[in-house]
Amino acid sequence: MKTAHWALPAVVIAGLVAAGCATAPREIQPVTANDLAIMKASFQEKGQAKLDRLDQDEAQKLCSHPPSVRIPAEVSARIEKNNMATIKYPADGKLMGDWKAGEVIAQRGVGKQFSDDPKTPSGGNCYACHQLSKNEISFGTIGPSLYNFGKLRGGPTPEMQRYAYGRIYNSQAFSACSNMPRFGHNDILTEQQIKDVTALLLDPNSPVNQ
Amino acid sequence: MTRLIGIAALLGAIFASGAHAQNTTLDEIARYRAQLQDGNPAELWEARGEDLWKQKRGPKQVSLEQCDLGKGRGVVKGAYAELPRYFSDADKVMDLESRLLHCMVTLQGFSRADATKRVFGSGSSRSDYEALAAWITSESRGVVMKVSLNHQKMQEAYELGEKAFYFRGGPHDFSCATCHSEDNKRIRLQDLPNLTQKKGAQLGYTTWPAYRVSQGELRTFQWRINDCFRQQRFPDLVFGSELSIALTAFLAYNANGAAFNAPAIKR
Repeated sequence: MKTAHWALPAVVIAGLVAAGCATAPREIQPVTANDLAIMKASFQEKGQAKLDRLDQDEAQKLCSHPPSVRIPAEVSARIEKNNMATIKYPADGKLMGDWKAGEVIAQRGVGKQFSDDPKTPSGGNCYACHQLSKNEISFGTIGPSLYNFGKLRGGPTPEMQRYAYGRIYNSQAFSACSNMPRFGHNDILTEQQIKDVTALLLDPNSPVNQ
Repeated sequence: MTRLIGIAALLGAIFASGAHAQNTTLDEIARYRAQLQDGNPAELWEARGEDLWKQKRGPKQVSLEQCDLGKGRGVVKGAYAELPRYFSDADKVMDLESRLLHCMVTLQGFSRADATKRVFGSGSSRSDYEALAAWITSESRGVVMKVSLNHQKMQEAYELGEKAFYFRGGPHDFSCATCHSEDNKRIRLQDLPNLTQKKGAQLGYTTWPAYRVSQGELRTFQWRINDCFRQQRFPDLVFGSELSIALTAFLAYNANGAAFNAPAIKR
């Protein structure tokens, strides 16, 4: 008999396996080949969204768990290492673009949905999850507030630029199983767009740092 | 209609007033939501749905009153509070919409293609499912959710639905859990129910179908999860597909114990 796991203490011990026993908080079992076949038969390709979007990479497979499940440290380290290796910094060495263009990207929610025109540039939709500038009051709370991001970190030092650019490019290089999309790694934002969002976070004139 | 225009004006006023502090805005939105509860256009869908249920339709000219939603042929009262469930005549787990499709094909003689031409309505192109679901679910209003996993296939559906809930994929790495597995989270100003906790699952599940003011349409649970997957950047979830039913089974079971409270009205 299935007992719902919300009735259980919130503390989760990593490594517990369900095996049909729902009385222990648990990791979710990986999808089997049969599960994946059912999933693929349950979706149809539409617009730019093809069925290969259901083919998980390593991080997606390892991170398909409730947030309360702690991923073992060595697994986290592996995810972060492998994602770090994907980050491509701009060849021209310039990591900061135009914060005004960055603000537009942060506001835009479209991109990669089957209902979106693939010819239209994607947005980053940063405000969906983060507070950024003080004057935009419609912001989400899935991610931390980024208000005063640059100001609180000593301004746009080379190290901070590298960190911010890399974090936008591939968040899981810094935090395994992060909820944040890997904007550069998965070709959601272009190099120039990532530079612009980096400027939004770090430029002293950006509303984020006012 | 006048009321809807009034609501639109109020909504416009809320978002135009950028100078307001955020708490004031959230209070205004709460007030707007409370006002929405006063009069729900879903009644129009319910009336059409009841007619559709009773009409003799399809090549075989049979009414859906011959359709068994799980509590016996033609029994509508309380049926939705026990769905999805295992149906022995089809040897499958079905939710309301897939059961209606099954009855349209097997009883009324529609081809599957004809019966799935308009699963979601848009303006004058209306969906029979949205009307039927509005009426059938209204007949479960106040009934306590009681979805059973006693049948092995329901147990399997629940487990597949749970896996699908946490399944990360697509270019954005999103799963259902990205937005719906923590308390007190928002996207922009929209509150997100934590569907992994009983309270959140009950609140989320028991308030669908809903009339969406922003769309002028009544939307079913099949539409809700299809649109979630669209925003997750997944492909198009097939109406009545096995995964859609499994995910519905997972969420409906998690809502057990709460009184069903739809069709609702949402922004």
